[in-house]
Amino acid sequence: MFSKAYSAAIHGIDGLIVSVEADVSDGLPLFDMVGLLGSEVKEARERVRIALKNSGYQLPAKRITVNLSPADIRKEGTAFDLPVAIAILTAFGYIPEESLSHVLIIGELSLSGTINKVNGVLPIVYSARQQGFLKCIVPKENAREGAVVNGIQTYGVSTLLEVVELLNAVKEFVPEFVDVKQLFHNQDREEDIDFAEVAGQKAAKRAIEIAVCGMHNILMIGPPGSGKTMLAKRIPTIMPELSFEESMEISKIYSIAGLMDQQPLILKRPFRSPHHTITTTALTGGGITPKPGEISLAHLGVLFLDELAEFQKNTIEVLRQPLEDKSINITRLNASYRYPAGFMLVAAMNPCSCGYYPDRNKCNCSINLVKRYLGRISQPLLDRFDICIEALQMNYKELEVQEKQETSEEIRRRVSIAREIQMERYKEQNIYFNSELTPRSIKKYCKLGTKEQSLLEQAFIKMNLSARAYHRILKVARTIADLDQCEQIGTKHISEAICYRSMDQKYWGE
Amino acid sequence: MTDKEYFYWLSNLYNIGPKKIDMLLQYFGSAEDIFHASIEALTELKAICRTDSGVRLFSDEDMDGIINNRNRDVVHHRFTKLIEHGIQFITKEDCEYPEKLRHIYTAPYALYVKGRLPDPETKCLAVVGARECSTYGREMAEYLAGAVAKEGIAIISGLARGIDSYAHHGALVAGGKTYGIMGCGIDICYPKENINLYMEMQKEGGIISEYAPGIKPLAGNFPLRNRIISALSDGILVIEAREKSGSLITVDMGLEQGKDIYAVPGRVTDCLSGGCNNLIKMGAKLITSPKDILEEFIPGYMQEAKRTEKEGHIPEGNQKLIYSCLSIEPKHIEEIAILTKLPMDTLMEQLLLLELGGMVKQSTKNYYMRFF
Repeated sequence: MFSKAYSAAIHGIDGLIVSVEADVSDGLPLFDMVGLLGSEVKEARERVRIALKNSGYQLPAKRITVNLSPADIRKEGTAFDLPVAIAILTAFGYIPEESLSHVLIIGELSLSGTINKVNGVLPIVYSARQQGFLKCIVPKENAREGAVVNGIQTYGVSTLLEVVELLNAVKEFVPEFVDVKQLFHNQDREEDIDFAEVAGQKAAKRAIEIAVCGMHNILMIGPPGSGKTMLAKRIPTIMPELSFEESMEISKIYSIAGLMDQQPLILKRPFRSPHHTITTTALTGGGITPKPGEISLAHLGVLFLDELAEFQKNTIEVLRQPLEDKSINITRLNASYRYPAGFMLVAAMNPCSCGYYPDRNKCNCSINLVKRYLGRISQPLLDRFDICIEALQMNYKELEVQEKQETSEEIRRRVSIAREIQMERYKEQNIYFNSELTPRSIKKYCKLGTKEQSLLEQAFIKMNLSARAYHRILKVARTIADLDQCEQIGTKHISEAICYRSMDQKYWGE
Repeated sequence: MTDKEYFYWLSNLYNIGPKKIDMLLQYFGSAEDIFHASIEALTELKAICRTDSGVRLFSDEDMDGIINNRNRDVVHHRFTKLIEHGIQFITKEDCEYPEKLRHIYTAPYALYVKGRLPDPETKCLAVVGARECSTYGREMAEYLAGAVAKEGIAIISGLARGIDSYAHHGALVAGGKTYGIMGCGIDICYPKENINLYMEMQKEGGIISEYAPGIKPLAGNFPLRNRIISALSDGILVIEAREKSGSLITVDMGLEQGKDIYAVPGRVTDCLSGGCNNLIKMGAKLITSPKDILEEFIPGYMQEAKRTEKEGHIPEGNQKLIYSCLSIEPKHIEEIAILTKLPMDTLMEQLLLLELGGMVKQSTKNYYMRFF
């Protein structure tokens, strides 16, 4: 007696369909599983055997062989428990074989026969639909996650017996339903944080607004307690709302990482702020079973590195390539995985080890020490920050001023308009934002008039700027002009971009 | 071996400083005689020489050092190398030896010089101050040293970081003479980021050290070289010193040597000005402009030192508003925005124009100040 059920494994951020074959034949009573299995999949044997017993099935003393195919791909995770159990029951004739075709099954079994949640349901259901499956049986806790995918019926189940009933069609089961439109509509607009709460910091706020518009990476330098972290945390509140496609992309990654928290979709822009003790693998993703790292979890959102200078040097240097490619390739012996990493990098650091330079009343660091502190960040990484701004410590008087501060909503409206302008301009190109402009396309899209050209030239000579700075200034000026809804970059935009020019070591600590 | 080589040998004996050299010379007459002195004579000297408190001046190691280091070839080789490197070796016996230095307590027996020694006819001003100085200190050092040097007064300092470097730099930019007294071997540029100054000053002044080539910048050397700084100068200007600052050692030595002390005041709340303000309290001359120094140095100097007014248009409109908010104390763009209540983009544009017009400068990125 032979039977075949379908399940799936996670490969990168996609689901990979795995067929679970079970064969029952005469011979010595034995339960064997093959197919390049990870140890947790091998352990499924015990879980399945006992869960079947506790669900009331007596397995006759037969030789049971289970094969997970394709057999040359390593299987990891606990999602194979349920399909293995179902394949065995089918092989014993408890379930008609034809009911297993076009059904994808995932779930972890407990010894009592209940079904526990698993990770990566969304990408699995998504690939199941692409492969032409009609039904998905997933753990109850993951059902809403899977139901987001259109064109496939997702059933949430909580016990093994329920699955058997479902497959035997003895009872009417209703597929899980999630109204995606409603979900986006009902989105909790009431954020608990808002830009209006930050007093003062006009320059920093403006810089952040520009950075968000063009997805420029931004570096904030300032003394402790100047509000760098507070500002950074509020960046997602001024980013445009997620579209369905964006939400799907993010949710897939979060589903694999097991961070869905029972929500069907991730509806908020990610804001990831790893501690500076983070390891390289945790940041980029990887491990024996590759998992997405912080940079992928920050996809389409913000990766905030607080105390940038305190990070391990080699840890932050690995950011250089993903920042260019907007994705990261993790290559391991078994396979190569590609995770998206289109994040906006926001970093904050102190100007020196005591934190108060250039306030000489508080800072006693020698110029060398100050230079060395900034020197911990390599020039190539500094080059990837288009915008650099110093946050200033606010004194009590300024905090007291009850000036009306702009809310995130107001800023977001401006940002959205500027983004639409960029979208329109680059619709022929393969890019979305000004920050992605290459030197060649800068020539095309950042044309300057004679007045602007001469201003930039003067500033260059006066401030002894580098050639690297030139392109960054133009890109940022383009974004500022977009924010102003100006077709042409003006002197005002150039001047402002020069103020945000990124930090070259020679500009600091002279 | 020439006389100079004997002196070179004498001044490079381990643990033999100016005092012991004086004693040896008194006893034996010349460096050559010391070189050839018999063990008996040296033992006798050891027995006789005692300090004021009755302790023996020479130890056994000192004597061994003298006896065991009499290698003509080595001395000759080293001395030739010194000359090859363009380093002058000037001892107390030479007429070039600065008179001002000759009479101080523990005057260095020999000096190593790259470039020149200060001209005995010109007056010299020592400029000392904090290594970790503020922008204010930096501006004042460059401005005052420059303005004074322009009038033909040599600027002497210690080639250290901070005020020292800025004073040397200011003097060089103004086309004046400036001399640096090192706390390490003459061939070592310490701190190394001052290499440009070190090279430039050899042309436009001199680098002077009492330490032979190769001697490392040890912490103990620096207070000692301060006595040379103060001795070579006719007045000491202190710009930014904490209440317990190394610069005050120079001042103390200067006072012992009878020099005038000048100090640039600072705000009461700035700890970097504590030392200066204390000096003023104790009677140092308060300096607010180069004129205050020049009238002490040049008899009959009454002419108002012309502050170089920045050329260009007087700022108008928004620029005037911004300019009026600025001072020599650097302000961050955020503070300027609060004071002027201008929108950020306008402010940044106007500041850039002011900067390009030479009215304003950035001390560090986005910290703006007036050109002094």
